[in-house]
Amino acid sequence: MAIHMNQECLLSVENLKTYFFTRSGVVKAVDGVTFSVHPGEALGIAGESGSGKSITCLSLVRLVPQPAGRIVGGKILFQGEDLLTKKEDEIRDLRGKTIAMILQDPLTSLNPVYTIGNQVGEAFRLNGDKKRETIRKKVINILNQVKIPSAERRLNDYPFQFSGGMRQRVLAATGIARKPKLLIADEPTTSLDVTIQDQFLRLLKELQQQTQMSLILVTHDLGIVAETCDRVAVMYAGKIVEIGSVERVYQAPAHPYTNALMKALPKLGRKNRRLYQIEGEPPNLHDLPSGCSFHPRCPTVMDICREEYPPEVPVSGGGAAACWLLVKGRS
Amino acid sequence: MQKSRSSGRIRLMHRWLKTGGNLKRLPIAGICFLMPIVICGIFGFLFYPHPPTEMNLGHSLRPPAMLPGGEWSHFLGTDHMGRDLLSRLIEGARVSLIVSIVGVGLAGLLGVSLGMIAGYFGGSIDNIIMRIVDMMMSIPPILMAILLAASLGGGMTTITLSIMVIFWTAYARVIRGETLSIKQRDFVTLAVVTGCGRLRILMKHIFPNLVNTAVVLATLQLGRAIITEASITFLGLGLQPPASAWGLIISEGRMYLSTAWWIPTFAGLAIMMTVLGSNITGDWLRDVLDPKLKRI
Repeated sequence: MAIHMNQECLLSVENLKTYFFTRSGVVKAVDGVTFSVHPGEALGIAGESGSGKSITCLSLVRLVPQPAGRIVGGKILFQGEDLLTKKEDEIRDLRGKTIAMILQDPLTSLNPVYTIGNQVGEAFRLNGDKKRETIRKKVINILNQVKIPSAERRLNDYPFQFSGGMRQRVLAATGIARKPKLLIADEPTTSLDVTIQDQFLRLLKELQQQTQMSLILVTHDLGIVAETCDRVAVMYAGKIVEIGSVERVYQAPAHPYTNALMKALPKLGRKNRRLYQIEGEPPNLHDLPSGCSFHPRCPTVMDICREEYPPEVPVSGGGAAACWLLVKGRS
Repeated sequence: MQKSRSSGRIRLMHRWLKTGGNLKRLPIAGICFLMPIVICGIFGFLFYPHPPTEMNLGHSLRPPAMLPGGEWSHFLGTDHMGRDLLSRLIEGARVSLIVSIVGVGLAGLLGVSLGMIAGYFGGSIDNIIMRIVDMMMSIPPILMAILLAASLGGGMTTITLSIMVIFWTAYARVIRGETLSIKQRDFVTLAVVTGCGRLRILMKHIFPNLVNTAVVLATLQLGRAIITEASITFLGLGLQPPASAWGLIISEGRMYLSTAWWIPTFAGLAIMMTVLGSNITGDWLRDVLDPKLKRI
């Protein structure tokens, strides 16, 4: 992953650690995550529940749930500046303007007491627009961009008058309103049904290409990643186990976990076989297994896996993975 | 835009009227109790049968009109100074309403602001504010009123202040709790990631969602405030004698209870009507406004 660390990166995260200090001990939700995003690139972060993908994203905008959660180490370089050393005010200036975020649940993410037009307009007001008429025009414009039908008329509707898919598109509109350089979408489609999901992802992709912004898409759905992203990072128990271009990771997964995930995907045209299943359960973050966190479930486990966490090894075809198999294979 | 906005509102209103559910449940009893009091409070000075402070010792302690010895010119009888009881009650309504509404309003202003600050910022600010609330709640309200009256002297301003000091704590507690839950909601997170500052989030995103709760609380507290006002005046710490307040009328009439039972009784009834009316209306308002109880 160190390969990607150069000046051209829009965002480069180095060894990010976000821990939760709870009564039952320290939970290492994000434990040494390193990745980078180039301008105009779409990075997918995939992983099962509790693998730390959402917390990674929240750390990027410094919104880790307080007071239990804390970023304890690492660097988040955005356009060359470390976000972790910035003051709260400076971060607030960045939020929305250069780094925007779309949240998971469109049904609860809009304030029930304001009209849609008012809420989307807030982004422009924060941007310094004062005239009602200009704001209104911009709002209509952006709602058209996210394909809200007859935007002009629906401007004065309240969130409850919108369907889930439309609300998610309204959220996307608030996200892209100030033309951010980076859009973080945290499972934006989990609460939408499949057809609407597809529609929304297409829209997201389209917006991304139009505005040349970078996109970080967090999801547990590998299909979504394949459809939308250029590169993918697979997380397991707070660490990135594999990262690489979508084609490479999907065709030749290097890490046993990624491999198992790919095998577990149902494929069109292949009939009847029982789906592949990864043995065991996701690890308990309070009490992680020694060495590689995946070793109790790994089909190719070796002795060293139980003792030490594997280093990251570049994979042929681009990207990297953290697995002892690859180290052994090389030596 | 103007046109579409109004048509949208009309559409919503029409739908609301058509369902009719809310209308049917209008608190008839509450309105019946409250309306006369409110009308007396606002317009009473236009239809006093007699000026409320006009004394006529020759007519003192007359019973209500329907009892033997009563006169129709003094419908509810007179007190020991020969003042017309009905006129004094009408005048008392004004005092009670002004004191309780202003007092509860000020209490709401203070309590809602402090509750929001405590809930939103948390940490030591929260601790300090809530401990002050605990402290205030541990002081008996009447004692507090006595302290205030002793330091500021009696009068309407003092009672209004006492009511504010006694009642803001309830707001602070409830609003803090609400703020705590609202600030966890996604739209607040969205406001943060959109780049809103703290003040903007508090005023624009959290406060409008608290208004319902605050309004319901205010109506429910109105009744208690009227009782508090009457008790303070009854103890002689509020309005002073020539004035007409319900508490004062009861206090003065207490001496003549055995011979002129109507003086404290009618004043007591007036208090009861107001409190009952505002409680019923408050309950209704809660049912209508509280989204958790609301029928869809």
